[in-house]
Amino acid sequence: MTPPNLPHLKPLSETYALNPGSSRLTDHRVIGLQYLTLALIAVVIGTLLSLLMRIHIVWPAWPLWLHGSILPEDYLALVTIHGTIMLFFVLTTAPQAGFSNLILPAQIGARSMAFPTLNAASFWLTALALITLLSSTFVPGGSAISGWTAYPPLSAIPNSGPGQGVGMDLWLTSIALFAIASTASSINTVTTIIRNRCEGMTWERLPLTVWGWFTAALLSIIAFSVLLAAILLLLCDRHTGTSFFLPTGDAVSGVVHHGGNGSPLLWLHLFWFFGHPEVYIAILPGLGLTSMLLANFSHRRVFAYRTMITTTLLIGFLGILLWGHHMFVAGLNPFASTAFSISTIAIALPASAKVLSWLATIWRSKPQYTTAMLFSLGFVSLFIAGGLTGPILAQPILDEYLHNTTFVVAHFHLIMAMAGIFGLYAATYYWFPLLTSTPNHPGRLMSETLGRWHFWLTFIGAYAVFLPMHLTGLAGEPRHYSQLTGIPGTNGALSPTGVLLAQTIPPNRFITYAAIFLASAQFIFLLNLFRSLRRGPVAASNPWQATTLEWHPAMNPFTPLPASDTPAIQIHRPPCHYQTTESGGSFLPQWVSDPTQEATAENASDSKPE
Amino acid sequence: MPLACIAHSVTFALLLAPPWSLPANASAHGPALDHHLLLNLWIALALLALAHIIILVGLFLRRRTEATNLTRVEYIPLAALAILFATLTIKAERLWAATRYTGASLTALQVEATGVQFAWYFRYPGTDETFGITRPQLIAPGEGNPLGIDPSDPHSADDEVTSELVLPTNREVDLTIRAQDVIHGFSAPELRLKQNAVPGQPIHIHFTPTTPGTYAILCTQLCGLGHYRMNATLRIVTSEEFKGWLARHQKESTP
Repeated sequence: MTPPNLPHLKPLSETYALNPGSSRLTDHRVIGLQYLTLALIAVVIGTLLSLLMRIHIVWPAWPLWLHGSILPEDYLALVTIHGTIMLFFVLTTAPQAGFSNLILPAQIGARSMAFPTLNAASFWLTALALITLLSSTFVPGGSAISGWTAYPPLSAIPNSGPGQGVGMDLWLTSIALFAIASTASSINTVTTIIRNRCEGMTWERLPLTVWGWFTAALLSIIAFSVLLAAILLLLCDRHTGTSFFLPTGDAVSGVVHHGGNGSPLLWLHLFWFFGHPEVYIAILPGLGLTSMLLANFSHRRVFAYRTMITTTLLIGFLGILLWGHHMFVAGLNPFASTAFSISTIAIALPASAKVLSWLATIWRSKPQYTTAMLFSLGFVSLFIAGGLTGPILAQPILDEYLHNTTFVVAHFHLIMAMAGIFGLYAATYYWFPLLTSTPNHPGRLMSETLGRWHFWLTFIGAYAVFLPMHLTGLAGEPRHYSQLTGIPGTNGALSPTGVLLAQTIPPNRFITYAAIFLASAQFIFLLNLFRSLRRGPVAASNPWQATTLEWHPAMNPFTPLPASDTPAIQIHRPPCHYQTTESGGSFLPQWVSDPTQEATAENASDSKPE
Repeated sequence: MPLACIAHSVTFALLLAPPWSLPANASAHGPALDHHLLLNLWIALALLALAHIIILVGLFLRRRTEATNLTRVEYIPLAALAILFATLTIKAERLWAATRYTGASLTALQVEATGVQFAWYFRYPGTDETFGITRPQLIAPGEGNPLGIDPSDPHSADDEVTSELVLPTNREVDLTIRAQDVIHGFSAPELRLKQNAVPGQPIHIHFTPTTPGTYAILCTQLCGLGHYRMNATLRIVTSEEFKGWLARHQKESTP
């Protein structure tokens, strides 16, 4: 299809019109773009905070502009806000709320999400949560310093440190708001998938991205409601004199806690019952998207499609049974550690099954190396690299040495943060035409040249930052240390700890340089993004020869038929129907009823090519 | 047995140039832990390399029709991985069980470690081998009673509180880990030990130091602004030196 040439271009915000019958505020595409904008702002802030941390670790005396030198409590506030922002407002928000709003309804042939008003309310609540979180840096004492896990009593007693007063209250409020928004948004997602599928879209024909969103939404409903309850209990401990998490006789800064006899471990259980599913919420949409993109650009079916659906659900199910592996050394019964260890190792199997399926899908396929494909391949690489240290950390005896070292930091950054971000980049490059399409203008493509540069530099940077962290962790460097140099001992000399930490400074300097490199490479993405929004080449209606329904011309906002004239959309087959013939490849989108109608279809047979 | 010998020599050969290094090892359970850790690391590295070789070779070779044999491509490799992970897990659980499933022997040396923002205190029970009662109301670091030991308890009279942990070699230690204010993480990397200190919940771990030397004790659970500097010195000495040190210390503190 030749893209129409339209000279009267206007910025996205001006030309965006409404889906029929919905207001701008509750249109799922608008909400999706709002979520992505919020996530983009959040990821910029989160990245800058991580750079400040990296710089402070190796050059502690470096003064921050308008702030002065970074104090230990400032460093911990950076840790806390970096973790919170990245996990909640980037890795949860962008794939699960942003891209699902933009793409999910179209992929299942729905005109809208099930609850448009609830959808809009969820977004604005999320925005309020982010503002609340960021505002905490301006209150007396600054932001909370207890990390994104907020273990009590540190998080329960205001005088346990700077930032644990108003800063902590704002943190808890922010996460409570986010939990409400996420639960509501997930109910919306689940309902939409169950109720709004078009004719012929059976469960087995759902694209794996939809299975990812579906499983992640189910996990969100379970996990975030528990988190909300835990936060309310903690707020009660802080303000109403209850003792859910505080033991009798707890003495912080000379003040002894009287009252009930609670347990800090209760918080750990409640938090990690949320916290572990949360990391699967962040990665499940990426797993689904990677499967679909590898197949799309390899012009193959997804190898073992049914097994892929099963493993997605298994990862979700096992994901709620293994929170205790965060607590091997936290005071858990040692027998419980064994049980949680086994359930954790068990999840390596569905995850391995996914990797095997990806390898089989791309094996001898001579794929088309678009930027989206490169990022999907990068996702596979990072998922394997980060995943392989999972079974190591799942063994309590090894966790006894590795717990809370930078080995753990390397593990979860590779598998959750880097793989997660690669999934988001793949999604952005792939769906950009749908993100930018408006009733007045067809969608645009991002620059593939800049995209390739962006991919290779990011890929190298990601490994350069996080592979050496395994080594510093093995050498004994703990997380959350604001300083590695000059840790004093009893007599003014360097303590044995100081000696141990000083050995990790050279690799840490390398990691900081690599982090600056990795962050700088993202400017290529920002440049590409903002340039392509206005000047990107106009995309054909199905530029990647995709088979899933979001690329159906009627699903494209550009020149859609009025709702009454839209032909009823019907699904005829599972996604990824690609065939290899003598004269090249052919493909059949899910919506094409008769194979002979498709011009590119050489082979009318519906059977598997052999 | 010969198989184990071969496995050991292969491991040893690989260890000659490992990309990683661990701190010195000074505890009885440490060598087995290290061995298992290195085995895991090599397996992970090998699987990482294997997966990437498969990806790269698959991308380079010319196109062929797609694989369809689910059993050969997916189930057999999956079964192999399941057996591998199960073997590693069983070995790991046995090591874990050996150190954690049972308590210390009755003759073990009793020592207590208490985490306070931002220091570790260690207490030895003295000749009565019983720790005196502590009361949070009595905590007064400025008056030399950082743990709040109750002087009216007869067991408390001979309790020794120190800021460095001194332990004799080759004697099992029953370490009680406590926290006064917030959660701390007791960590002795050279002893391959890590256990959180939880307020209101004394936790016991037991181990046997083997190699004399001066080692690090850190806090590995975020506990506040001074977390990074919450450390102490661990000295492992011969049992004669230990007896001498304890006697000297008691003489100094009871004027």
